[in-house]
Amino acid sequence: MTTYVLRRLLWMIPSLFVVFTLTFVVVHATPGSPWDESDKPLPEAVKVNLAHQYHLDDPLPKQYVDYLINALHGDLGPSYRSVERSVSEIIGATLPVSAQIGLASMLFALVVGVPLGALAAVKHNTWIDYASSLVTVTGLATPPFVRVSLLIVFFSLALGWLPTGGWEGIFDVRSIIPILAIGSGPAAILARYTRSSLLEVRGQDFIRTARAKGLTETAIVVAHAMKNALIPVVTVAGVTLANVITGAFFVERIYSVPGIGRQFVDSVTGRDYPLLLGIVLVFALLISLVNLIVDLSYGFLDPRIRYR
Amino acid sequence: MTTVKGGFAPLAPPRFATEVPMRRPANLWRDAWHRLTRNRAAVVSLVYVALLVLVAIFASVVAPYPFQRQDLESTDLGPSAAHLLGTDGLGRDELSRLVYGSRISLAVALVDVLIVLVVGVPLGLMAGFFGRWLDVLVMRTVDVLLAFPNLLLVIVVITYLRAVLDQPSGPILALVGALDGITGGLLGVFIALGLVSWLTVARLVRGQVLSLREKEFIEAARMIGSTDRRIIVRHLLPNTLAPVIVAATFGIPGAIATEAGLSFLGLGVRPPFPSWGILIAEGVRNMRAFPHELLFPAVILAITLICFNFLGDGLRDALDPKLKVD
Repeated sequence: MTTYVLRRLLWMIPSLFVVFTLTFVVVHATPGSPWDESDKPLPEAVKVNLAHQYHLDDPLPKQYVDYLINALHGDLGPSYRSVERSVSEIIGATLPVSAQIGLASMLFALVVGVPLGALAAVKHNTWIDYASSLVTVTGLATPPFVRVSLLIVFFSLALGWLPTGGWEGIFDVRSIIPILAIGSGPAAILARYTRSSLLEVRGQDFIRTARAKGLTETAIVVAHAMKNALIPVVTVAGVTLANVITGAFFVERIYSVPGIGRQFVDSVTGRDYPLLLGIVLVFALLISLVNLIVDLSYGFLDPRIRYR
Repeated sequence: MTTVKGGFAPLAPPRFATEVPMRRPANLWRDAWHRLTRNRAAVVSLVYVALLVLVAIFASVVAPYPFQRQDLESTDLGPSAAHLLGTDGLGRDELSRLVYGSRISLAVALVDVLIVLVVGVPLGLMAGFFGRWLDVLVMRTVDVLLAFPNLLLVIVVITYLRAVLDQPSGPILALVGALDGITGGLLGVFIALGLVSWLTVARLVRGQVLSLREKEFIEAARMIGSTDRRIIVRHLLPNTLAPVIVAATFGIPGAIATEAGLSFLGLGVRPPFPSWGILIAEGVRNMRAFPHELLFPAVILAITLICFNFLGDGLRDALDPKLKVD
């Protein structure tokens, strides 16, 4: 087990390396600099000085190695747009906000999605199943910026229950709409997987045995079926994370949340390439770690799986 | 019916009309159509999609005004008889913009399916059939690209693409840039989509081919001297068609949402072309004062995506009877 974890952790290095190299090359092959597009063109001398200050006049291999060494020390370089904060500082300030919203969204997805899927499976082919499937497809099909728009229109503008934007910490009412908007995607994924997985498990022998023992339907579903049905559901944890990350791009921007998703979008539209590169690296690391945790969790859920 | 094939005597003609077999022989596509038309959600979705296609084709007839016509005397109006869905900040008719926007969404859907068929299916077929280095190359590429959220990749690629096309070096890039300009930025979206939309289908087709390859009918085809090409085109391709149709249908809403998302962020289609993503972005800007400008495009986009999903669900249930529960 320990060797397995160690080996998987070591394998993360080459894959992160590939992501880093690809992004680095793309970012540096992108023509133009953030100083090109201002209305008042900068004098050539200033541009040269700026390029020198950001080491853009070094040979590309040197820039690559320098960046790598600095990144390993936690220094992701200066931001082009923000003079007073480095990329690491920007990420350090915005990531916690997004992490709180992301975790709360995942929690929402678990608390709503899994029971919804289970209910749909138990009430298979009844109106409850169909209603749940409509909700699920809506969550799956609509992109986060549509969900957050509709939530704002209904809860903030039509009903006036919630503010139209802002961030005052995770326990403020302002966090409700972002959590709902981001979390409804993963919730729909979880509901769909729980439903189909539970339907499959319900036909198996050990369920019939449990029924023959005279257990109540609730006991069968909760104690016997769900435990086995949840194993395939864990596989989608990686997909849910991807959903939360891309959801944050839009939701944080529309709802004015100072998170890393909004920083990412701003870095793209503002051509702040060091920030873009740094955030992509953080996402890649996050996704690799979650995939590892998912693979390890199979062993706890299904003792038949051995790690070698 | 006088010739006797294989030494069998023909059946006596039925004496009464009632003896004619009522059910025609089973056929995958006919059965699938039958099952699809009994799925209410799928039928409703199919009708909606058909209507949407008609609206997109006949946009100039359906739309009450040209989508770019501004009327600065009547800006930000609510729904009325003259403007069924109201007007935007420049006095443009919302309904007309939505109608023309459907062209962009459906063009994206069409191109997405084309990419799946022209890139994803052949790569999957060849990777699965020939194996070896080709398989390793294609599948590792797919693995690496699928490991990251689609939208993240697309955004990084389109950022690069936009910068390259702004300052094209060489005649090819200049041509691509010019085409991108004429299509209002749509070409860039297509290229970015081309990177990601074939991935799942290539993997799916490869998996199918790997299991089909060992079946007896392929062995038999090889035995009678069929060429690789013939085996792939005549035997493997038709057998992977059903899952490809399902996967392609499920890919459409993803592609439409990606285009809308990119346009929303200002990376996709450029104004004044009325992509639904742009309409939503403009709606968000004005939402506090004029919520209807956000509501209508968001609802239309949501309904469209939901319908394509229901259609995919229906097709999957109809084409893959094995998956049917109960």
